[in-house]
Amino acid sequence: MTTVISNPADGGAVPPAPRQSRKLPGWSKGLIWVAAVIAALSVASYMTGVAQLTATGTIQTALVLAIPILLAALGGLWAERAGVINIGLEGMMIMGTWGAAWAGYQWGPWVAVLAAAAFGAIGGLVHAVATVTFGVNHIVSGVAINLLGAGLTKYLSTLLFQPVSNNPRESPPVEKFDTYSMQPLSDWLADLENMQRVGLSDVAGVLRGLVTGISPLTMLALLLVPVSYLVLWRSRFGLRLRSCGENPTAAESLGVNVYLHKYFAVIISGALAGIGGAALLLTPGVHPGYLEGQTGGRGYIGLAAMIFGNWRPTGLLGGSALFGYADGLQLRSGGSTVMALFYAAVLVLFAGAVALVFMRKYFAAGITLLGAAVLYFIYWSVDEMPSQLSTYLPHMVTLVVLAVAAQRLRPPAANGDEYRRGRGH
Amino acid sequence: MTTPTAAAEGGVGQPTGGACAVRLSGITKRFPGVIANSDVHLSVASGEVHALCGENGAGKSTLMKILYGMQNPDEGTIEVNGHEVHFKSPSDAIRAGIGMVHQHFMLADNLTVLENVVLGAESLHGIGAKARKRIAELSGPTGLNVSPDQAVEDLGVADRQRVEILKVLYRGAKIIILDEPTAVLVPQEVDELFDTLRGMKEQGYTFLFISHKLDEVRGIADSVTVIRRGTTVGTADPKKISSRQLAEMMVGSELPSPETRDSTVTDREVLVVDGVRLCSMGADRPVLDDISLTVRAGEVLGIAGVEGNGQTELVEAVMGMRKADAGHIRLGELDITGLGTLARREAGIGYVPEDRHRHGLLLTQPLWANRILGYQTRKPTAKGAWLDIEGAKADTRRIVEEFDVRTPGIEVAAAALSGGNQQKLVVGRELSGNPKLLIASHPTRGVDVGAQAVIWDQIRAARAAGLAVLLISADLDELIGLSDTIKVMLRGRLVADADPATVTPEQLGSAMTGAAGEGDEE
Amino acid sequence: MKLNLRSVVLPPVLAIAFAALLCGLALLVSGANPLTAFGTMVAEVGEGTAAVDIINGGATYYLIALAVAIGFQMKLFNIGVEGQYRIAAVVAMIVGGAVTLPPGLHALVIMLVAIVAGALYAAIPALLKAYRGVSEVISTIMLNAISLGIVAFLLKPEMFGVLRANSLTTGELPESAHVPGISFGAAGTVFGLGLLSVVAGVGYWVLMNRTRFGFELRASGESATAATAGGVNAKRMIIAAMLLSGAVAGLTALPELLGRDHTFTQNFPQGYGFSGIAIALLGRNHAGGIAFGALLWAFLDRSALALDNIGVPKEIVTIMQGAIVLSVVVAYEIVRRMQLAAEQRKVGQQLGTTSPPDDAAAGGKDQPAATSAGGGAA
Repeated sequence: MTTVISNPADGGAVPPAPRQSRKLPGWSKGLIWVAAVIAALSVASYMTGVAQLTATGTIQTALVLAIPILLAALGGLWAERAGVINIGLEGMMIMGTWGAAWAGYQWGPWVAVLAAAAFGAIGGLVHAVATVTFGVNHIVSGVAINLLGAGLTKYLSTLLFQPVSNNPRESPPVEKFDTYSMQPLSDWLADLENMQRVGLSDVAGVLRGLVTGISPLTMLALLLVPVSYLVLWRSRFGLRLRSCGENPTAAESLGVNVYLHKYFAVIISGALAGIGGAALLLTPGVHPGYLEGQTGGRGYIGLAAMIFGNWRPTGLLGGSALFGYADGLQLRSGGSTVMALFYAAVLVLFAGAVALVFMRKYFAAGITLLGAAVLYFIYWSVDEMPSQLSTYLPHMVTLVVLAVAAQRLRPPAANGDEYRRGRGH
Repeated sequence: MTTPTAAAEGGVGQPTGGACAVRLSGITKRFPGVIANSDVHLSVASGEVHALCGENGAGKSTLMKILYGMQNPDEGTIEVNGHEVHFKSPSDAIRAGIGMVHQHFMLADNLTVLENVVLGAESLHGIGAKARKRIAELSGPTGLNVSPDQAVEDLGVADRQRVEILKVLYRGAKIIILDEPTAVLVPQEVDELFDTLRGMKEQGYTFLFISHKLDEVRGIADSVTVIRRGTTVGTADPKKISSRQLAEMMVGSELPSPETRDSTVTDREVLVVDGVRLCSMGADRPVLDDISLTVRAGEVLGIAGVEGNGQTELVEAVMGMRKADAGHIRLGELDITGLGTLARREAGIGYVPEDRHRHGLLLTQPLWANRILGYQTRKPTAKGAWLDIEGAKADTRRIVEEFDVRTPGIEVAAAALSGGNQQKLVVGRELSGNPKLLIASHPTRGVDVGAQAVIWDQIRAARAAGLAVLLISADLDELIGLSDTIKVMLRGRLVADADPATVTPEQLGSAMTGAAGEGDEE
Repeated sequence: MKLNLRSVVLPPVLAIAFAALLCGLALLVSGANPLTAFGTMVAEVGEGTAAVDIINGGATYYLIALAVAIGFQMKLFNIGVEGQYRIAAVVAMIVGGAVTLPPGLHALVIMLVAIVAGALYAAIPALLKAYRGVSEVISTIMLNAISLGIVAFLLKPEMFGVLRANSLTTGELPESAHVPGISFGAAGTVFGLGLLSVVAGVGYWVLMNRTRFGFELRASGESATAATAGGVNAKRMIIAAMLLSGAVAGLTALPELLGRDHTFTQNFPQGYGFSGIAIALLGRNHAGGIAFGALLWAFLDRSALALDNIGVPKEIVTIMQGAIVLSVVVAYEIVRRMQLAAEQRKVGQQLGTTSPPDDAAAGGKDQPAATSAGGGAA
């Protein structure tokens, strides 16, 4: 028998099978990032003479501002891990703030949190009915819920708040949570911070901001990050929920009730966004009660934080911290401090470029260096960011971060797809 | 000897000996406007491999979905191990000991093997160490070895299938439905699978094996039931019936063959691909590596290869949907390397994509709007920047006529047509406007026999008229039957040439897996 | 496309009825009589300047909804029309106040500037999506917020702001830039630039249904993958659609600015963008449907005033608008499924086949939009 298969003279060699490459574990990457950011901030704070960058007050404000974003981001995580895009987080958050104010001025902060969760959950339920049961496009439904949430709260405020507060846009003052500090750690860190040592004092300032004047709601929100991780990644319910976001047809074929899990996910998502709304008015130092437009797009920023965090709890914690910090910084000390942040960003980018050179990714390193140069030029040529613009620093940061990171992200495979029972292959 | 007609008379095929593991009687299932199954009878004995044969669209898959609880029958009864059952969902079927390995794998790519296996059955052994241990216990004796912590997206086709079977075993299934399990495997992998099945049969498992590949059915099955146009025609013993008889039961007439007789190859080069290289983001190896090939007028060049070895990327590089990182592509005298997809189409390339839903059709648009897609700059569907809707409609009517597209009219949405008719529309469109080159990617995948014959005829006719064809297919019979030359693709490179006049599917299979070369098994 | 009574007219009618029912219940709960309230809303139309106000409001809404619809046609969610029209309005008014030109030409230049400014602001999300894969939903939402900052910044006295009657403005436009309206005496004056809506509407219909560009746009929306295989350059389409959408959005504020206000003040109404999204959904991206939606929205806005007069909280109108959007999308979805099933049944009956239509198709998977909105990575 003749040979019928012939190997061409050139290029006929069988290419080798692909190999698996080793990766650093996720947590160590996170630690490296945290350390790099703190280092960059200390250096920037020293070089620019803006101590506000790592002051306890800044970090405290940042934490307060990050919590609503974090809760919204967690809400986004729950919904999108089950395959439902939740752009309606903003509307659910608005409903949460209203619910918290309504229950809060009558029965105190803890009931307020529950009411906020319930109101947010109602928003989630509506979203679930539209997207899961009726297969409406997720974005469309989300936008509609945002409109509906805003309208409903306006109507209810006129109806229920105006008689008490004499203002249809505001609720009566709401009792806030008490705050707690971790003593004696907080005082000891204060001493360290006051020593004005480069690096040491900066780290102390950052840490002190994280352990001083914390409200129970903040602790709850931070606790919800590991809880979400454990439930979503280490429990049977979470596995089923995530499978609905990856391949609902497969999940269905294995007896998972996809509708039910999606409903649960979206309702929990709404409840978390609602609590995020409560955090806006139950934390001391902010507006005395509900105020129309109080959320100011934080639901959307939460969604962005989740995308930035690559649909992972630790990632979205980082995203929320970033946006909270950007917001806190501009709020506490205005335009010139913001420019110092540019300086820090230049340092981080420069370090990133060096790391990329080590990994032999020269092109990426070049781009990063270019970015650093542009930022440095802005820092060098602009003295102070106009206050009108610095208010929107978190939004600008979101845009820049997404532009840099978007292509490396990995959303759940079936995120946003319409799923109908019995329609798979 | 059992003749097909004799068996068909009773409607119910009674297997001899052995308790009945599954018995379906009088199953009828209607979808809006179509009857997918009507009065189906099927009996599967315990501990056998029972094949269910029928051509595409005969109703096999619907029947299996009914047995697996994914759809409810409108009429008829299901018995499992002698007890009548009513499945409301797959979990009911799983509880009754039925498992299903789907043709399109039901795996979540982002999750690990372990997660995919335990999903839905977490109450058995949890989702942690105990589950891992159980998987190891199952994979030992059956030879289904996969690493539980690997992400499914990193696995090859055969490994994915192993995961699918493991999933079923993990749930304690004793009756396993295999829906076209060999469609995605090369012959060597098919042999491995069959060895596994035989071993498991010894251990007491029952298999319902769905296929339309008759040789395989005769190779593995203990009995075979044929289904045609939604109803069971009869049950036979595969050892006592010839492939030809089986085929006649399946289609009611002779099967079409893809064979091409006389060579029409000329020496006029139409497509020249020279040293094309394509890298994808994040991969350490190029997906296309130094690809060079030439297709001449009147020639069909077939590309063989296990799916995922770069065929899709090659097609997309030739179509301009991906930009090659190195190399040149020439169409006739024209260098098209730098051109976009539309310019390449205008230069005379027709493209039958591998997935007509994703790449070939606008499903909710009427047929005539689909005629415009890809031809939005050319007569008869456009005049300059304006669409020529009347021209598009007239030409759609021509295609419907010439390609035997079964449709009530050209205003219906493309989604309303059956797969075969959709594909005939796509092939008809892509052969319009006198292309010089046709790229046909799996042109008869998932279509019925009638449409398959039409499509093969049209490709042959166009070839005789001087068309150059680049054919990609996983159906090795189709590839060998239609091609004038075959090249084998493996991990992004063309590793071997084969002569379709003499090569056998098994030889091709060896080359496709790399077994023929250096014996470099993964 | 022929006008199908069941699929085109029924869903919005059902949605409006459902929304009215919902609001009626809300009114009952709050102690008002829904029948009186609805009666007042309808009766209002005949009184004072209401009819003209509705036409003027409708014209504005029509432009912004068209802008949204251009994006929607290719499943591109340009939520940023809100920011685009505000930026365009401010920039156009600043430029219009700074140049001296003969009448007619002056207004024309202002329109051109608005178009360019709107398109440029839309170019940011367009480029981010085409080249960096950033979801346009998130980026446009961020840009909406940032636009508030930019507008406030431009209105600063040290930039271009002029303080008039306690609020910052862009300063008064010279007479040559005013566009006269059509006066109905005591019933009000219809903005001259309202005609712009009619022109835009006709242009939109022709573009979408009769040109190659419109076909490629709709093909991309229906199936991005099929469009790519059909030779549509996805990146170019994203950019073209976004720019066009931004350009049309840029015109939104001009009828009232050039016809009545002649200056852009700090408290120029916000929220046109979100209304535009709702109207485009209601009108199903169809030129005629959007016209109906725009007038309905303007009517509801106007009736809020009437409700306030009889002591009903006017915010009920916002709820009604939200409820209409949500129920109309649900209604369209239900009708779409019914229709597809009916069509498959028809094909099946006429051909008598036993093979079901291709199953993936039957679900009517419309993934592209969803995936594109799925966040950055898509």
